[in-house]
Amino acid sequence: MRIGAVTFPGTLDDSDTLRAIKASGADAVALWHGDADLKQVDAVVLPGGFSYGDYLRAGAIARFAPVMGEIVDAARKGMPVLGICNGFQVLCEAGLLPGALLRNAGLHFVCRDQWLKVENNTSAWTTRYDTGAEIIVPIKNMDGRYTADKSTVDELEGEGRVVFRYTGGNPNGSLGDIAGVSDATGRIVGLMPHPEHAIDALTGPSDDGLGMFLSVLDSVVAA
Amino acid sequence: MARVVVDVMPKPEILDPQGQAVARALPRLGFDGVSDVRQGKHFELEVDDSVDDETLAKIAEGFLSNPVVEDFVVRRVAS
Repeated sequence: MRIGAVTFPGTLDDSDTLRAIKASGADAVALWHGDADLKQVDAVVLPGGFSYGDYLRAGAIARFAPVMGEIVDAARKGMPVLGICNGFQVLCEAGLLPGALLRNAGLHFVCRDQWLKVENNTSAWTTRYDTGAEIIVPIKNMDGRYTADKSTVDELEGEGRVVFRYTGGNPNGSLGDIAGVSDATGRIVGLMPHPEHAIDALTGPSDDGLGMFLSVLDSVVAA
Repeated sequence: MARVVVDVMPKPEILDPQGQAVARALPRLGFDGVSDVRQGKHFELEVDDSVDDETLAKIAEGFLSNPVVEDFVVRRVAS
């Protein structure tokens, strides 16, 4: 099992993402934004950070990186993709996930441990959780307010594609307390909080985030 | 060569906390009578005459703006 983590210029959390992948038992494969080569990975994680300095809009320029063309093609064929924070923003800009992430309603950079509710445990990245489970992982962003038009939000809610919801307080004004969503197949998931920073008690508030990296192992084996 | 201006604004229904913060600051600075502020982006492009309006619209819609949350206007101006 090979899981890739992409480094763009300005990516910050690639090292922690690779570490989380290793902790799940998979081979962690570093992918480079400038190489149109997925190195035979079975799944890809787009880590957080500030790709291209968040110039223009968060994720707007990373979307056009050579590696993204390969990821979009593979994702459309069913390869699981997880976008964390800036990675979520990139997936929305690339059109792989609906909606957009805008400046936090309070205009503050939010950095804290955040409780989330797992709303759907059938996505490729959440099978190791119970539906309704509450997990705590760090959140740290400036542009985390999930926004989409009403018909899109209704569709997401109706189809169970709101995968994670903020609980214990909405940190950024996201519509419907939405913290993470999936595509129609459940194989592409994006969320603003950082599961890769919560894989053991030594370095995070919990090991609650590890379940996402373990979940995708099941999904790839089953596929 | 021509100068092309692209203005990108958050859609009317999208919350604009940056614009609100500016609007709330104005009375504190002694400027009264401004009831609302919306903040957007203004791009100035120097383009060859060979670049047609359709191409400019693609640039504005596919890159300079995010159509999910923003509207744009493209104008050619005298350079």
